[in-house]
Amino acid sequence: MLDDFLIRALLAGIGVALAAGPLGAFVVWRRMAYFGDATAHAAILGVALAIGFQTSILAGTLAVALAMALAVSALVERGHAMDATLGVLSHAALAIGLVAFSLIRGPRVDLNVFLFGDILAVGRMDLAVIWTGALLIVGLLVWRWQALLTATLNEELATSAGINPRRERLVLTLALAVVVAVSIKVVGALLIGALLIIPAAAARGFARSPEGMALIAVVIGSLASVGGLGLSWVADTPAGPSIVSAAAAIYLLSLVLPSSLSR
Amino acid sequence: MPDMHRGMSLIDAQGMSIRYDGTDVLQGVDFAIEPGEIVTVVGPNGSGKSTLIKALLGVLKPSSGQITRKPGLRIGYVPQKLALDRSLPLTVARFLSLPERQSKAVIVRVLERVGAAGLQDQQLATLSGGQLQRVLLARALLVAPDILILDEPTQGLDQPGVADFYRLIEQLRQEIGCAVLMVSHDLHVVMSASDRVICLNGHVCCEGTPHVVRAAPEYRALFGHGTGGALALYQHEHDHEHNHDHNHNHNHDSGHRH
Repeated sequence: MLDDFLIRALLAGIGVALAAGPLGAFVVWRRMAYFGDATAHAAILGVALAIGFQTSILAGTLAVALAMALAVSALVERGHAMDATLGVLSHAALAIGLVAFSLIRGPRVDLNVFLFGDILAVGRMDLAVIWTGALLIVGLLVWRWQALLTATLNEELATSAGINPRRERLVLTLALAVVVAVSIKVVGALLIGALLIIPAAAARGFARSPEGMALIAVVIGSLASVGGLGLSWVADTPAGPSIVSAAAAIYLLSLVLPSSLSR
Repeated sequence: MPDMHRGMSLIDAQGMSIRYDGTDVLQGVDFAIEPGEIVTVVGPNGSGKSTLIKALLGVLKPSSGQITRKPGLRIGYVPQKLALDRSLPLTVARFLSLPERQSKAVIVRVLERVGAAGLQDQQLATLSGGQLQRVLLARALLVAPDILILDEPTQGLDQPGVADFYRLIEQLRQEIGCAVLMVSHDLHVVMSASDRVICLNGHVCCEGTPHVVRAAPEYRALFGHGTGGALALYQHEHDHEHNHDHNHNHNHDSGHRH
């Protein structure tokens, strides 16, 4: 079954949706949208460094994404005016990554794969990486769920209940870096942020509880993978952007549907 | 009613200073609260009231001095408000199950106790200010607190709402026997319910029973300044019952803010 590249692509998309759903919900609740982008953009630099130093691309993206996520997290904690700072970091990381890419000597690597993903070229090894990462993230989020939610609502309230908001923020930071590292091959660095935010935002209209919103986000992300791959198959469009377009279409529906259903 | 058998204070801060963004928000604050005590912290805007609360909760670390909490201290914290993002769907029942899961029966009971019966299935974002305040209080009660800490709990409530809320706090204190630490600028109402009032302005200006504090020159300097007789109004309100003072209160409020 895994011999079919379409099946592999589908499983890769669903694997990413599984992690991006609940994590994306936190990104939306905590207004960390730009945070996701900055981390994802940094991954390009990670890819360039990994190729330059001939280490595994997964390790390179993971390390640089994590460094970026930690840096941003530290800035947030110090109460910097985040909007501009995040913009600077995010774009700088992308630009420096692109420059670094052009300087690499050695085997020629297609930059487009890392910018826009290449889900149709996902192999068995990639699948193993994606699903391992996704299950790790889901496990982490389920384990910390109550504390994460409390810290998201109100940090003082969390502290008074013996929860350390900084530790919970670190959990999310770590999960974000892992999601970026494992999904760069699927949708590419430019669109990982979209895959985090759009399914979660679309789920909001249908959900009455935080858990419901996370689950529905997984379902929407998976549907978007199926729809996007279908579109890509039929119309010969690039797969990653097609998946994000499908997610955006579902988001539009979510704005209209819930209210018309309840009428 | 403070406990007579004074053992260890629930929370004890000695010579505590808090530095924030390069300036000392609090300087050399000594503060202790005993089991069963009602303590009110009053002070103008920017006097470090919320900072004090955050330090006592353990959110902010003192730059000097130290804070000791009784081992195993259970704190029921009622935040000033909940910056509830509309993107987060949350029913009252689900909220009360944070961070510890609670049974439905417990949730129904605690909501009844705070006068918010039947709200459990409502979305948190749709509650009125008064309802939300009671739900926040209900959540704080669920930990069976040794101390309730309330940060300006009555902001956004109207005058009768404020009175009701304080009456409820007093009843709860009697039932549970917990201490209550409250931050407020609703001076007159709170003061009558407190065992002790601490007047704060970067440091502890004065401290004592409501009567003592009201007479203290430091307090008068802080709250009498520029309020054009508002201080007399407190006296007036305190001596007579609260029945014809609504307008005065608005005066007092606006006189303060600047």
